[in-house]
Amino acid sequence: MSHSDEITAVLKEHPQARRDSLIPILQQIQDRTGFISPQAVQMVSDELSLPTSKIYGVATFYNQFRFQPLGKFHVQVCRGTACHVKGSAAVLDMLIRELNIKPDETTRDGLFSLEIVACIGACGLAPVISVNGEFHGGVTPDNIKKILDSYRAQAQKDQSQNDAQEDKAK
Amino acid sequence: MIKIEVNNQSIEAKKGETILTALKRAGIKVPTLCHMENLAPTGACRMCVVQVEGRPGLIPSCAYPVENGMKIQTHSNRVLRARKTIVELLLADHPDDCLYCVRNGNCELQRLAEEFQVQQRRYTGKKCDYKVDMSSPAIVRDPAKCILCGRCVRMCEEVQGVSCIDFVGRGSKTIVGTAFDQGLNVSSCVNCGQCIKVCPTGALSEKSQVKQVLAALRDPEKIVVVQHAPSVSVTLAEEFGMKPGVDICGIMVSALRRMGFDKVFDTAFTADLTIMEEASELVHRIQTGGKLPMMTSCSPGWVNFVEKFYPDLIDNISSCKSPQQMMGAVIKSYFAQREGIDPTNIYSVSIMPCTAKKFEAQRPEMNNKNVFDVDAVLTTRELARMIRSHGLDINSLSSDLADSPFGQRSSAGKLFGATGGVMEAALRTAYHLLTGEELKDLTLKPLRGLKGVKHMQVSIAGLDLKVAVVSGLGNARKLLEEIRSGRENLHFIEVMTCPGGCIDGGGQPLGTDLQAVRKRMQALYKIDRDDHLQCSHHNKEVQRLYEEFLGEPLSEKSHHLLHTHYTQRKVSVNRN
Ligand code: SF4
Ligand code: SF4
Ligand code: SF4
Ligand code: FES
Repeated sequence: MSHSDEITAVLKEHPQARRDSLIPILQQIQDRTGFISPQAVQMVSDELSLPTSKIYGVATFYNQFRFQPLGKFHVQVCRGTACHVKGSAAVLDMLIRELNIKPDETTRDGLFSLEIVACIGACGLAPVISVNGEFHGGVTPDNIKKILDSYRAQAQKDQSQNDAQEDKAK
Repeated sequence: MIKIEVNNQSIEAKKGETILTALKRAGIKVPTLCHMENLAPTGACRMCVVQVEGRPGLIPSCAYPVENGMKIQTHSNRVLRARKTIVELLLADHPDDCLYCVRNGNCELQRLAEEFQVQQRRYTGKKCDYKVDMSSPAIVRDPAKCILCGRCVRMCEEVQGVSCIDFVGRGSKTIVGTAFDQGLNVSSCVNCGQCIKVCPTGALSEKSQVKQVLAALRDPEKIVVVQHAPSVSVTLAEEFGMKPGVDICGIMVSALRRMGFDKVFDTAFTADLTIMEEASELVHRIQTGGKLPMMTSCSPGWVNFVEKFYPDLIDNISSCKSPQQMMGAVIKSYFAQREGIDPTNIYSVSIMPCTAKKFEAQRPEMNNKNVFDVDAVLTTRELARMIRSHGLDINSLSSDLADSPFGQRSSAGKLFGATGGVMEAALRTAYHLLTGEELKDLTLKPLRGLKGVKHMQVSIAGLDLKVAVVSGLGNARKLLEEIRSGRENLHFIEVMTCPGGCIDGGGQPLGTDLQAVRKRMQALYKIDRDDHLQCSHHNKEVQRLYEEFLGEPLSEKSHHLLHTHYTQRKVSVNRN
């Protein structure tokens, strides 16, 4: 299903939708497509006859919405109490610097996205980050680059495999 | 009438009005920030708080109605401390930029800081690293100077019906921005500049072209010509501290000459020319079953609005260029030819009440063989700044006249500056075109005044012509909705983007003081009353332009130079 088909499908579930359906519609779009795209805002705007600025304004008011697709690797940084005590702030700072994005953004190459989460229930490993659900415990600003590099390497491997397959197909 | 007690003195108040209104009438000034005249209060900034006996907290006077016997303190220590704290908090993350700011000396925040004697930084907030949005050809947004009063948002939404900006984010990260915080140029903004007029700070301003104009004036190769729009002469004086409603046309002309402009032309001349073309187009549409109602095209924000929101009605807009663009076109054709100047050596400047004119001048349709009709557009405010920086004293300049061949104007052309004026001018001439006679009473009362929507019916040569006049895009939207859903009884509609018309345009002196706008309007009416030349079709220089150059209204040459076309504009929120 294309991106716009997904959005159309959500809108179809809300016939004669009005302003008060805005949040549920946005939630469903995010559930299906992972984020709220400019195209989604435009389509919802046409459907509800609401200005795009208003929809974006409302959506940014709630923390739950993101406006970029998730990266291939979604990095979640735990900022729960235990992790905080063990220095998760420094970890987050390092990630922001290393990836050159802010929380809730995605790197330009689409590889990484960053999110701050409350306790993810792995306090024993604090400070902890999770990458696509895989936990890394006892993270320090110093070993973050290593962790990220391992994913970068994996991405490269996947890419060259893909290329090889495509070449074969030709 | 009820009685309330303010600062231990009894004053009268009207039932139902807000405390603020009552205080204002009694001459007691209470500072406000989010408050906007004629719009419902939001009570957001709390700058206007007062102390009311028997109430525990302070109360925002802009949002609370008076009650009989209320006892109010407006300037007690407690109140003053609260207000000062608000100002200090607003300054906490504000750039210390006053010396380099377009609003230096004319900024509400600066004035409040002075009024409350804020002389040290008590709070330090995180400075934001927002980028200045320079993407629009007309409007500059500097979010770092925004104090989130919300006035621009409400103006854009509630008055203009555009809604291209809104509050984005929450808490300390809130900003005012477009969808996906993109440049204004790709948003639905129509460049009307009404947001600038209500902004208390330097967060919103016009994209200034003063520098380019000064460079052209210093360039010995360039012939620099300037035109001034009908409304500017009745507002410019306010920028120099004079009371509203004073016409300083002659003084402005001589100031322009002193600053080095080679020729000074009057845009009201091409307003007359517009009327010749537009009235002829109307008659043509009626006689040949063309698209009706015809809608005026002289207000570029409005044209943009239709292109963005009502593309299905594009064919209803008159094909006439606006007076600014017509002037630009005849300067670089007829005038250049007559004087034997290469059009590329002419630098053509216009002084406008309007920010959307900056956008209009750079529309790709507005050029002839890659030479733009108009090279730079300055607002009334920019002109005032230029005059001040040249050390010219408005009070001691003598009066001067505009230059031939585009210096004569009828007072009908001058009426273009206020809502209803284009219609009044057009009907005077349409009547003449259809009957060969003159309207008995040239003053068309129902079309006058500051009402947002006006209607009139005139019988001309057996035809009952029904016309409507609207100003403010919110009002226009309502009318367009009616037309979309089948309203058919109108022939001709005048729309001006700004409420009240050009006299309160986005490039005019800041603020939205209705009293001042009314005075400006009366000044235009007075010019019309005192003038002998009251109809566009009697303008001798316009007649000569047709005889020597254009032929007749709607001729091929007119079409080429004075008419244009419009295109649907998709408003994009997509990133590139
Ligand atoms: S907006 Fe006002 S307070 Fe801020 S820098 Fe400009 S003049 Fe100063
Ligand atoms: S210029 Fe007009 S349309 Fe654009 S943001 Fe300001 S008020 Fe809205
Ligand atoms: S841009 Fe100006 S008018 Fe708009 S919210 Fe900010 S300070 Fe207020
Ligand atoms: S002016 Fe009254 S709350 Fe802002």
